[in-house]
Amino acid sequence: MTDHTAVEVSKLQELVYELKIEDVMKREVISVTPQTSMREFKELLRLKRISGAPVVEGDMLMGIISLEDLIKALEDGQMDNLVGSKMTTGVETLYSDDSAVQAVNRMARFGYGRFPVIDRSGKLVGILTRGDILRGLLRRLEVNYREEEIQRYRASHIFQDIVSDRTSLILRYQVQGKDFRQGGAASSKIKRAIERLGGGPPIARRVGVAAYEAEMNLVIHTDQGGEIKVEIQPDRVYILAEDHGPGIPDIEQALQPGYSTAPEWIREMGFGAGMGLLNIKHCTDGMKLDSKPGVGTRLEMWFHIPPPESVQKQKEDLL
Amino acid sequence: MNLKTVLEVLEGEIFPLPSGLSPTTGRDFDNLEFSCGGAADLMSDVLAFARPDSLLLTGLTHPQVVRTAEMAGILALVFVRGKRPPPETAALAAEVGIPLLGTRYKMYEACGRLYAAGLLGTGFPDLYSLPVGMGK
Repeated sequence: MTDHTAVEVSKLQELVYELKIEDVMKREVISVTPQTSMREFKELLRLKRISGAPVVEGDMLMGIISLEDLIKALEDGQMDNLVGSKMTTGVETLYSDDSAVQAVNRMARFGYGRFPVIDRSGKLVGILTRGDILRGLLRRLEVNYREEEIQRYRASHIFQDIVSDRTSLILRYQVQGKDFRQGGAASSKIKRAIERLGGGPPIARRVGVAAYEAEMNLVIHTDQGGEIKVEIQPDRVYILAEDHGPGIPDIEQALQPGYSTAPEWIREMGFGAGMGLLNIKHCTDGMKLDSKPGVGTRLEMWFHIPPPESVQKQKEDLL
Repeated sequence: MNLKTVLEVLEGEIFPLPSGLSPTTGRDFDNLEFSCGGAADLMSDVLAFARPDSLLLTGLTHPQVVRTAEMAGILALVFVRGKRPPPETAALAAEVGIPLLGTRYKMYEACGRLYAAGLLGTGFPDLYSLPVGMGK
């Protein structure tokens, strides 16, 4: 199952749980009273083209009468008897605030295709068939789908809507040095921006992980922090993480797996294992690290955004 | 394996949201499905080796664990050894929609139980050639 299908399926599951019976039931219930005769009931079925009806007295549900009961009454020549003597009592009902999934379960358990719906005071408020649930779900799915399309359009068509010779979106974030708690806030926003602009989960993840590693480096190794600049173009993302911190004396050495100058308190937090730059290298499609001790560090990263049709393939290739 | 099964296997709990917060995602956590599992206290390794849609077991409870999970596409976190998340961690987790679970089991046994129940690992790292012992 692809991620996309999984998301769709779980959305459907959510809907079945979210959908309340009162959202989908028919509210105009054709009902009869116990005093209705079977003959009148037969006319009602014919005129309204239905195959059964709840029996109510006042607002209260007394029972249910069906085509089957009518046939029996016909056979026995009891068409002048009253519905009250022929109806089924002790009817299985549903509550209007139950979820659709409870209705589906009860339909399966009892084998009935139609349930009267009552509110918590026992008053008949509607009737529910399998078809009603299906229609309700389809309607809801359609609404969700449209909302999603609209959202996707707004964000991802920015590049088509704004015409220029070269359109790019620039995001800037200030990162505080030594502020371990806030670390990652910028990367989180960057990742979300890529997602909203239509980058698939794999590219968003690669950008997010690389940005986060870079951001944590600013947090861990500088006192004044630094800036992360993100430039998003339709086909690529460029990130520059820049600081005026202590700088890296030996870049070759810094790129060795396991080499780290992180202080002990950072290691205790699970960071600073000397994997960051290497991981950045892996996540990006290009990386350039410049640093001068006492001056600062510039880390540049590039990512290609694959055209939509190759997103799936890229995901399979990823990590 | 889904979240409900993870909770059963670990005899675990799902930590409630901090009061006053509602989850930002309407996800049905019970049916959250994990592709595989991993365990680490080294977030650097998690960022390098974790797989999308996985479950992470850890002994760390600071907020950066949640950030790491968010970036790496980890769907849920399990705190082992009966650890409970501090409020700032729970708040961040609620914000980004990552459920936090807890188990009394220590890391080794928690992993063993999940693995035995069918939640496999992330496989060998295929990132770059690592010195022996650097992989998870």
